[in-house]
Amino acid sequence: MHLGLKGVSALLIEKNYPGRHASGVNAGGVSRIGRFPSELPLSALTLELWHGMESLVDDDCGFIPNGRMKIAENEAEMEKLRERFDKVRALGHEHERLIDQYELRQLEPNVAEHCVGGIFAPGCGHANPFRTTTAFARKARALGQTIMEGVRVEKVSRAAGIWTVRTDAGEFQAPVLVNTAGAWGDRISAQMGEEVPMETTAPMLMVTARMPPIIRGVMGATDRILSIKQVPNGTIIIGGGYRGTADRDAETTVLDYKKLAYNAKIATEMFPKLKGARIVRSWAGIEGRMADAMPVISPSKTEEACFHAFGFSAHGFNLGPAVGRVLSELITAGQSNIPIDAFSIDRFAKA
Amino acid sequence: MKARHDLAVVGAGPAGMAGATLAAEFGIDTLVLDEQETPGGQIYRAVEQPGLADLAPLGAEYRRGIELALAFRRSSAELAGGAVVWQIRSDRTISITRAGEGKEVAADHVLLATGAMERPFPIPGWTLPGVMTAGAAQTLMKSAGMVAEDGVVLAGSGPLLFQLAGQYLHAGVRPAAIVETTPRGNYWRAAPHLPSAWSAGGYLEKGLALLRAIKASGVPFHRGATGLRVHGDARASELEFQSRGKTERVETPLLLIHQGVVPNPNLAMATGIAHDWDARQLYWRPATDPWGGTNMEGIALAGDGAGIGGAIAAEHSGRLAALEIARRLGRITEGERDERATAERAALREQQRARPFLDALYRPADAMRRPQNDATLACRCEEVTAGEIRRQARLGLTNLNSLKSQSRCGMGPCQGRLCMLTATELMAEVHGVDPAKIGPFRLRPPARPVDLTAIMDFDDGTIPPEAALPKEPAAPGAKP
Repeated sequence: MHLGLKGVSALLIEKNYPGRHASGVNAGGVSRIGRFPSELPLSALTLELWHGMESLVDDDCGFIPNGRMKIAENEAEMEKLRERFDKVRALGHEHERLIDQYELRQLEPNVAEHCVGGIFAPGCGHANPFRTTTAFARKARALGQTIMEGVRVEKVSRAAGIWTVRTDAGEFQAPVLVNTAGAWGDRISAQMGEEVPMETTAPMLMVTARMPPIIRGVMGATDRILSIKQVPNGTIIIGGGYRGTADRDAETTVLDYKKLAYNAKIATEMFPKLKGARIVRSWAGIEGRMADAMPVISPSKTEEACFHAFGFSAHGFNLGPAVGRVLSELITAGQSNIPIDAFSIDRFAKA
Repeated sequence: MKARHDLAVVGAGPAGMAGATLAAEFGIDTLVLDEQETPGGQIYRAVEQPGLADLAPLGAEYRRGIELALAFRRSSAELAGGAVVWQIRSDRTISITRAGEGKEVAADHVLLATGAMERPFPIPGWTLPGVMTAGAAQTLMKSAGMVAEDGVVLAGSGPLLFQLAGQYLHAGVRPAAIVETTPRGNYWRAAPHLPSAWSAGGYLEKGLALLRAIKASGVPFHRGATGLRVHGDARASELEFQSRGKTERVETPLLLIHQGVVPNPNLAMATGIAHDWDARQLYWRPATDPWGGTNMEGIALAGDGAGIGGAIAAEHSGRLAALEIARRLGRITEGERDERATAERAALREQQRARPFLDALYRPADAMRRPQNDATLACRCEEVTAGEIRRQARLGLTNLNSLKSQSRCGMGPCQGRLCMLTATELMAEVHGVDPAKIGPFRLRPPARPVDLTAIMDFDDGTIPPEAALPKEPAAPGAKP
């Protein structure tokens, strides 16, 4: 899509359809809170893009900037959040705000009594993942790009300055290759001799039937695992990172209800009004998680004219729009203003 | 209920009861799970109730259910009533909710006998209060002895609609009208199958007797009705339709709709059982072998949930599945299995002889499955209209899962079971392809809504490993 905006024609090869896996079924969080420090510049760009989404892809993608909060359940957690807050400030980012008991309850009247405060980031929020992926695909097509669905990549190779991608629907050639194969991205990079430590994982989510308004923003726990939000239709999405198992060859996931039980317990402890909730669906996306939990966004270090962006588990939906922009800058201008050294593909080799 | 059984049967209707009874005969440790407290399923609901001395309104078929239930009760199979099954994993661990508590039970073999549900009836106004399905009305009659008042209108097609009309007339209830939607062309299309159906188990004689009784009653009977539409503000008050070139309107306090039954898809699909589009019966049919076996190891299907064949066919398919399970558990040899299967298969074929005729005759009209009026609701839970589904398809969506994510069609508490067929056929219509190309919803557990507090019961006290993960590791390149 971003390449299309720059007048560069691109062919996108997709083995299923846009948004089939994690990019279409994630929790939809758009947040600068809780990001790794090295992700903050990228997060700032992505939030800027999110706030102008309608003009970018002709669809607001269901983005609602209702604020993101990390809640402290005790004084020790609050102290941690203060440290984090100071650290982020020191890096020059001022999007977060420390909140006390009083403000916490002003913002979220239904939070449990034991919660003592938190960090709040107005401007963050959530969007509809599948709608977003579909909007990007539509806009890319409207700009003249080709998206081939149901085509599986078998092998990539480069000769005389031209990349050849062999698929189950024939061969395609281009001067530049971009590897955005998500939980399958390591298999492409391995073909260039760039083996990376990535595990396939399946973060689980549950959604309730429609409920009266209980939660206003996107809430997260501090030391425990919970991310929870109520979307405009009244359903409540409960997640945060408990993981099922993924089989990326069969493209299936298996849920672990013992872990979801834990997730449910934390949710009802932090929001007691959820005790009457009914779960109508639970699922997991297939994601690639790098050993250091940070994505790969990097030019290939072994091949020319090749770029990788994969292994985004838990970061991808939020960062996606900015990563596309950065990649398009790397391809057309050879550089980007956003620092991405921390996401280099050879960082594992060095360690 | 123990933690582990040789066989777990889900559903205590005719297929489940017959299968479990036979399995227990072979000494197989059998557990039967059902949402109802007592056996019978939908067709023989409340069949053990002592108050039903007068079986006449429900028909002689109901008596057959009493025999089945008696044999089942006498067997060693254990019934766990009031159990909602909402997940079956590939290792055949079954998640249930019973008395508000979440529980797990494991089995070497699972037999799904989850039965049928009524085909959706998407016409304008079908979601108004005062409209219910004929099947639901029959359930009230079986479980609570309740019948509708005079003035009720029955609309649609299929044997159950006429059966209910006959039962009402027998109970002294006089419908204001019966509005039949069977397309006229169906009679011609069904005619070639008539000889085979005529010789099968008395279905047609019973049907014709019913029709005669309905005609003799003098209740207005409209055939070949099209363009059905329910009027009413807060609740339904009137049914409008076209018949013989005229627009008719019938006032009614209660409209009962029905156009056949289809397999109840939720549990089978959420379990991962492969489905194919059945172009004759117009639904997603689980792919099964002659013993009900599926692509999921150790998980078989029997009865109407595996494809509509009726209550008697369900018994035989339940027993066939039990025979193969007994062989796999080493209780009988292959030869014994095949010997016992011969009679069951013969009886099953006998039951299936009337099927081509019934399928051709009661195939709902295209316009009754793919609403022509774009304002008609296809997805009741999320209020997604037929027009919205067509619009999304024209915008480029090619499968039900994209449609679900994009429009919320199928995301509500019914888990897609009430809109899946309508949405499948609407998308196929827009793209001009076979519904098989559209594919069904990828259904997710829980197959039935489950209380968050019941999910909490699965906490076994071990802290999941994720809790120990550092959530903010010191990233390389980060300033301290």
